[in-house]
Amino acid sequence: MEESGSYRVEDLMAGGDCRDALETLYYFLDGELTAERRRAIETHLQQCAPCLRAFDFEAELKVVVARSCRDKVPDHLRRRIEDALGQARRDASGGGAPSV
Amino acid sequence: MADQAQFAELAMPHMASLYSAALRMTRNPVDAEDLVQETYLKAYRAFGSFEEGTNLKAWLYRILTNTFINSYRARRRRPEESELDDVEDLYLYRRLGGLEAASAGRSAEEEVLDHFTEAEVKAALEALPESFRLAVLLADVEGFSYKEIAEILDVPIGTVMSRLHRGRRALQKALHDFGVARGLVTTGGTPGSQLEAPKR
Repeated sequence: MEESGSYRVEDLMAGGDCRDALETLYYFLDGELTAERRRAIETHLQQCAPCLRAFDFEAELKVVVARSCRDKVPDHLRRRIEDALGQARRDASGGGAPSV
Repeated sequence: MADQAQFAELAMPHMASLYSAALRMTRNPVDAEDLVQETYLKAYRAFGSFEEGTNLKAWLYRILTNTFINSYRARRRRPEESELDDVEDLYLYRRLGGLEAASAGRSAEEEVLDHFTEAEVKAALEALPESFRLAVLLADVEGFSYKEIAEILDVPIGTVMSRLHRGRRALQKALHDFGVARGLVTTGGTPGSQLEAPKR
């Protein structure tokens, strides 16, 4: 298949294989397909540039979402929780001196 | 029977991930901190019932999610999932389709993704109704399987798949709207037609 720089998205729906692939796109990216179905999709992607491009985009979007939603734990929160757990341990073992 | 003395060593490494999830759930840092602390205390007290060798992260997330739903969920009604217009698959991709890439090895559409800020992506996720937001964050940010998500949310797997599909489409629409506001994508093009290259 000729690789062109631009193409129409309608080309994605050109064949039954494309429709099958796109319907299962997220199951594929989520790792929820059987090995056999996964291989079938991979075979199609090797042969179909428009579908591969759509898959790559959706995979990239997933990575962008994961990467963007990371937050650093504030030090004061970590300390607060360590203290709270320490207190819970003391309470459980019959209560030491009450924390101020 | 899991040993409480080991709890901190096993559970503390998950704090950053739980904190991020709490921020997406509560949408404010004060509530997020309280939610995470409450989760750790509940988990500590319940740790005796945790089955060693099973997925601790999923177990912690179940406590986090239940605590969120029971105590922190917004009382003011946000748009419910049924009120949202569903959009089609590949919503964002279709509206970027046909662009020429500026550099080799990376498609033009993927280059547009580079332009979204972290704040925008977080905001797009946080704009989703809670049921969609939880599904998308558990799958895409934390990488849980459908089965694990079903156990964390205590819903059938079919419900997970439905919320995930619809949630991702809604997320794409939200990102698209950000893109339009920033001039990264133009409106008015029919899906599949040539669109302008993103402004740099």
